[in-house]
Amino acid sequence: MSENKIDNNCLSFCQPSEVDLQKRDFLVKATAATGAVGVAAVAVPFVGSMLPSERAKAAGAPVEIDISKLKPGEKMTAEWRGQPVWIVRRTPEMLAKLAKHDDQLSDPNLEVPQQPEYCKNKDRAIKPEYAVMLGTCTHLGCSPNDNFVATAEWDGGFVCPCHGSKFDLSGRVFKGSPAPKNLLIPPHQYLTDTTLLVGEDKKAEA
Amino acid sequence: MATNKKPIAAGVLDWVDARFPLTSTIKGHLTEYYAPKNFNFWYFFGSLALLVLVLQIVTGIFLTMNYKPDAELAFASVEYIMRDVFGGNIIRYMHSTGASMFFVVVYLHMFRGIIYGSYRNPRELIWLFGVGIFLVLMGEAFFGYLLPWGQMSYWGAQVIVNLFSTVPFIGPDLSEWLRGDYLVSDATLNRFFAFHVIALPLVLLGLVAVHIVALHEVGSNNPDGVEIKKNKDKETGIPLDGIPFHPYYSVKDMVGVVVFLMVFFAIVFFMPEMGGYFLEANNFIPADPLKTPPHIAPVWYFTPYYSILRAVPPIGISQFPGVVAMGLSVVAFAFLPWLDKSPVKSIRYRGKLYKRWLAAFVISFVILGYLGTVPGDVWGQFGSWLGRADRATVLARICAVVYFAFFALMPWYTKKDQTKPVPERVTYK
Repeated sequence: MSENKIDNNCLSFCQPSEVDLQKRDFLVKATAATGAVGVAAVAVPFVGSMLPSERAKAAGAPVEIDISKLKPGEKMTAEWRGQPVWIVRRTPEMLAKLAKHDDQLSDPNLEVPQQPEYCKNKDRAIKPEYAVMLGTCTHLGCSPNDNFVATAEWDGGFVCPCHGSKFDLSGRVFKGSPAPKNLLIPPHQYLTDTTLLVGEDKKAEA
Repeated sequence: MATNKKPIAAGVLDWVDARFPLTSTIKGHLTEYYAPKNFNFWYFFGSLALLVLVLQIVTGIFLTMNYKPDAELAFASVEYIMRDVFGGNIIRYMHSTGASMFFVVVYLHMFRGIIYGSYRNPRELIWLFGVGIFLVLMGEAFFGYLLPWGQMSYWGAQVIVNLFSTVPFIGPDLSEWLRGDYLVSDATLNRFFAFHVIALPLVLLGLVAVHIVALHEVGSNNPDGVEIKKNKDKETGIPLDGIPFHPYYSVKDMVGVVVFLMVFFAIVFFMPEMGGYFLEANNFIPADPLKTPPHIAPVWYFTPYYSILRAVPPIGISQFPGVVAMGLSVVAFAFLPWLDKSPVKSIRYRGKLYKRWLAAFVISFVILGYLGTVPGDVWGQFGSWLGRADRATVLARICAVVYFAFFALMPWYTKKDQTKPVPERVTYK
């Protein structure tokens, strides 16, 4: 009896027919595919949980900046999305120098879209006097330091402490810097003559 | 009756052995694991790496009892550990010194593998597991360095996470996903804490286990690079040049442990910052997302690769080539088993050509390491003929080329090398 039973079991398991093999193959593949779909579905909440949360996204709202106390030749730093936004009030001498070193720049004509359309002009600004830019190096995100004192070889600008990238007072990067792009100009607009809104422009409102 | 009676301990051992391979495991890995009898100084560093791993885990557990992974509280909680927790300063300095000493020991361990050809057939998999351990260790060091939430923690993490944003197409989204925010923030600190204290240590322990299991499967290499399993005692089957790991090498390693601990605690007690190389001065200032410190440099063990990153110029507007070069400079070690075509394993029987290449590699590694700790314009600039390039950058570029040439040209120069005859048995005085 018991020997018969073993033999019977062996008939289906040890010597499967061609049909059985195909069926088995199909079932293995179907199970694996279903399992893979399940794993992928489970991965969604885990991978997604590492994205910026709703609170982090909300903290990225536009900010209003009062620039009435900014003196010519000075810079102020505001915060938007946790990053430094610089406003530089440039003197006529500074602006004159900015026009003269195009040959030393990587992208003097602003080909790379690192600024909104309304800032794609020779001063990279809505009002030539005020330059607005994000103070994070386009190389690896350090915040460059001020180096406004002009010398014979240097027209004044910013130098990144991490890898020595150099930018002019319009945030345009000098050739030979590790940074590949000009500093980013965030979307911004003037609410009044002395109030700036960073993070939102008129186009976005319309 | 009396003859059947066994000591209770032996009875317990039998009971366990019937249910768990205790005795056979001890035999296989310690008392009957036959290691070559000619191990030298270089063979201390494997067991020392294991010791540092244990130190890091134990000190880490105790640090976790008082540390707070919260951007508002992290910096203060570390200072609290340093000032108010009994023994906290020693535990924390053991952990920070342990991080650096881990790399000292692992670099020496890897160098041993390179000079004696320990990565060669049949030990490729041991070497690959080892490279895996090295990568995870780098991850541990990087994630751990953010936790004190000092200026260097913060900006170091900012730079490294931004490396991922240079990946074409998906880069910016990828780095945002890694940070969980638009910049390094509380969310980043929280997840780095999770990686540092649980995810990577688990992976590390698993890799260390398979590293050792693979080693004990094929047997240890030795300074002569000859296989001791080729000459076995005909009766016992034990390699003629082999001695049991325990007690011979366990006792030898204890000498290494004692000397190591003397050096280790001298650093912990008297110079835990190691002149800014183990703990950087800027990291005693709380993180400030709006102000980058004037000079950013990674901790010394990352600086050779960091130098390579800085040395590679961007192609067009993409910084990606530098990032790829840095990644390659670390991963290159994994290819060694297949790049080395020499008929001999050990440096003892290699010719002058290989030794010169190895020397050039070590020198460029050290120079790159030094350059990574100083600003790129440390020695001023060249004249117009090199486009006003910084002198240090030019030197770093030369060293980076030598670094990669050591790997890329290895199949050529190891084949061409004039090797010496290898003895049948290990040399032992």
